[in-house]
Amino acid sequence: MPPRERTQHLIFAALTLAAVLTVAPIVLVVGYIAWLGLPAIRWEFLSAMPREGMRAGGIWPAIVGTLYLTLGTAVVAVPLGVAAAVYLSEYAPDNAFTRAIRLAIINLAGIPSVVYGLFGLGLFVLFLRLSTSIAAGSLTLAIMTLPVIISTSEVALRAVPQSFRLVSFSLGGTRWQTIWRVVLPQALPGILTGVILGLERAAGETAPILFTAAAFFLPRLPDSALDPTMALPYHLFVISTQVPGMPIHLQYGTALVLLVFVLSMNLLATVIRSRARARRQW
Amino acid sequence: MRAEAVRRWPEMIVEAFIRAAGYSAVLFVGLILFFLLREGLPAFAEVPFDALFGTRWYPIEGYYGLLPLVGGTLVVTIGAMLIAMPFGLGTAIFIAEIAPRWARELLKPLVEVLAGLPSVVLGFLGMVAMAPLVRTVLDVPTGLSALSGSILLAGMAIPTLVSVAEDALDAVPNSYRDAALALGATRWQTIWRVTVPAARTGVLTAVMLGVGRAIGETMTVMMVTGNAARMPLGLAAFFRPVRTMTATIAAEMGEVANGSEHYHVLFTVGLVLFIFSFIVNLAAGAVVFQQRKRAERLLS
Amino acid sequence: MPTRRPPGSAPGWLIGLLALAALLAACSSPPTPAAGTAQPGGEQLVLINKGSDTMVNLALAWAEAYEAVAPGVTVSVTGGGSGTGIAALLNGTVDLANASRPISEGERAAAEARGLIPVEHVVARDAIAIVVHPDNPVAALTLPQLSAMYSGQITNWSQVGGEDRPIVLLSRETNSGTHVYFLEHVLRLGDNEQPIFFSPETLLLPSSEGISAEVRQNPNAIGYDGLGYVTPDMKTVAVARAEGGPFVLPAIASVTSGAYPIARDLYIYTAGEPTGTEEDYLGWVLGPAAQAIVAELGFVPVE
Repeated sequence: MPPRERTQHLIFAALTLAAVLTVAPIVLVVGYIAWLGLPAIRWEFLSAMPREGMRAGGIWPAIVGTLYLTLGTAVVAVPLGVAAAVYLSEYAPDNAFTRAIRLAIINLAGIPSVVYGLFGLGLFVLFLRLSTSIAAGSLTLAIMTLPVIISTSEVALRAVPQSFRLVSFSLGGTRWQTIWRVVLPQALPGILTGVILGLERAAGETAPILFTAAAFFLPRLPDSALDPTMALPYHLFVISTQVPGMPIHLQYGTALVLLVFVLSMNLLATVIRSRARARRQW
Repeated sequence: MRAEAVRRWPEMIVEAFIRAAGYSAVLFVGLILFFLLREGLPAFAEVPFDALFGTRWYPIEGYYGLLPLVGGTLVVTIGAMLIAMPFGLGTAIFIAEIAPRWARELLKPLVEVLAGLPSVVLGFLGMVAMAPLVRTVLDVPTGLSALSGSILLAGMAIPTLVSVAEDALDAVPNSYRDAALALGATRWQTIWRVTVPAARTGVLTAVMLGVGRAIGETMTVMMVTGNAARMPLGLAAFFRPVRTMTATIAAEMGEVANGSEHYHVLFTVGLVLFIFSFIVNLAAGAVVFQQRKRAERLLS
Repeated sequence: MPTRRPPGSAPGWLIGLLALAALLAACSSPPTPAAGTAQPGGEQLVLINKGSDTMVNLALAWAEAYEAVAPGVTVSVTGGGSGTGIAALLNGTVDLANASRPISEGERAAAEARGLIPVEHVVARDAIAIVVHPDNPVAALTLPQLSAMYSGQITNWSQVGGEDRPIVLLSRETNSGTHVYFLEHVLRLGDNEQPIFFSPETLLLPSSEGISAEVRQNPNAIGYDGLGYVTPDMKTVAVARAEGGPFVLPAIASVTSGAYPIARDLYIYTAGEPTGTEEDYLGWVLGPAAQAIVAELGFVPVE
């Protein structure tokens, strides 16, 4: 074998190893948590209030809290994010201000989650007096999720061929009719994928809700958007670092529930994307 | 005609909303900066300027030296990138250039799963499983160290690295590869001398975004780095505990009375983080504007 | 085929507009006074209780038991540290602040500047236990030795009669009342004028359980924590006030008699004299049923 081919073999082997070593821990982590967490998963664990200082009972309020926060985030971030994407793809002129918008989006995507927490504390909790609540937490998470939704939706919108728009215009459609009846439906799978990936991130985040929404322990369900709430990621943080004598299977059980919650969103996004790809007509 | 006019009204409202939503990103960045400045700037009036550059962080007695925290963030981030770059870029090259189709279809969703793992889950595993391992394997005093933080942060930066770098490599026209191969280059020579250099701006963007991810991560580092506010000097610092800026905010913000000196200084720390991430993303963005198509993919 | 929808149906946009409108309305609404007393949450009265991590499990146990005593009242409990609780009391976001240290001069002044008078209630007592790995042969330490260890003058276990191992110092975060108490009564040996600090090498763990977890698995580690957090898989070190003094292990009896040197009161603070639901709750907390829970959780009952 000539030396340069031997080098290639060696390097390809190294690269394959890098790829394997990158994904192996992922499988390992998910498998490990599933293995140790599954024994905790019973109907009571999922549906009951925590008892005995959270060392027994279930995690129902944390599950509900995470659902509320995710929904709240969606209610704010989805319309705003998709509309912003529509603006960028269908309306925005190519000028300095549009570039500023793009720069702002890139920066929003890069701001550390804990800085979002500070911002949410400053604006929503203290300045707007929403107190530590689902509303304040959802708004904070929504702004954090916005750049993901905007950029993925914009890619999806731009992928709709220009000819579709031209046909609609030529049939007398207004710009908005064209967007609503032609462009958005075509881009829907791509937008949905982006939305779900964005919400997935929001559901798993702890730092932004630390000062804006999360309650350590609340033995009831929140009954308004102005109530604080328990949430799965924060609950996992609490029971793994703050509660003494916590049965280890409850910690892994909570981690598993959070993981399933987040990864099923991930799976949904993957399925939507691959089905859309298979069906695409252009 | 009248019916037409009636129908236009809702349309105008919707278009106004779309326009407002488009502008909102600028508004939000402005608001975030405004609130950080509003709550953070008073610190410069309350704490002597040079005290902020001290080496002791002990806020309950008025020591607000930011250097250990900035140093801690840098050590953990550098460590994370040293680990993430070979694995992340290696995986990206593997997926884009070498892997058979089935491996690609398997690897990409798996890397996305990694992006979706909540940081507390990683922190939890790091604390209960990895830190003890790091201590016994490396024979260091404690596994709660910068290294443990770097390993986990590398894991969180890798998905960003892989997807952006892979997109960049994918975007290199096939004619480049064909030309190199036709000239008798091996596949590896083609990758190393032609494809990677052609994609270098995108690869650089990937690295910068990975850095951004690592700088900003909070819960994971708080749970595994030990949070000792020591000055991280020398190579040994990688194996010792550190305290990062993000962990400091998360650990202390709940404690402080609103409007106190400590509260203002923590917002200043937030401001420093904001500036760090702004610079990093500006660097990534500068490349992005040269290559719009890639820019649109990079955040997805 | 594009999915057909009836013209004009735009639920997404409507919701978005509503959300934006709500946001704007919130911006323009006049500032409402912050919650200071029990907030009605539907039919249910809610007492918001926040503060000391040392006390959080005690507070949780009380909250749970109180549900049975007064079904109309929910007590919501959050930890975060004594400073957190007092800060929240000052900010008007909680009704009861748990603290494992007395309120500081600065905090009292800040409260009074806001027109609040913090009222102190001693609800339990606590010993701070010194814990090490079960395999660590060191069984007794003096306060001066602890001070030298935590300030970084002693860095190896062999200097206090142990194995040749580096000492890994574990501490609670600075927002913890336990941290402040340890600084003042152990590091500085009661003389707060002394410029002694925690060694910068000290690991500041965000919680009691963080300390326990590290102590359980790391033979180099030493930590301190409320007696309620000590589990059988850690080793508790006996402590003497000075060289030659009696070495005492923390327990209810040794705390009540004053023989154990590192013990303190645990407090609940209210903004002003408690009334209504708050008064009922605090009365119950000081009663026999709640104090039995105190002993059950490894704290020391009052009276």
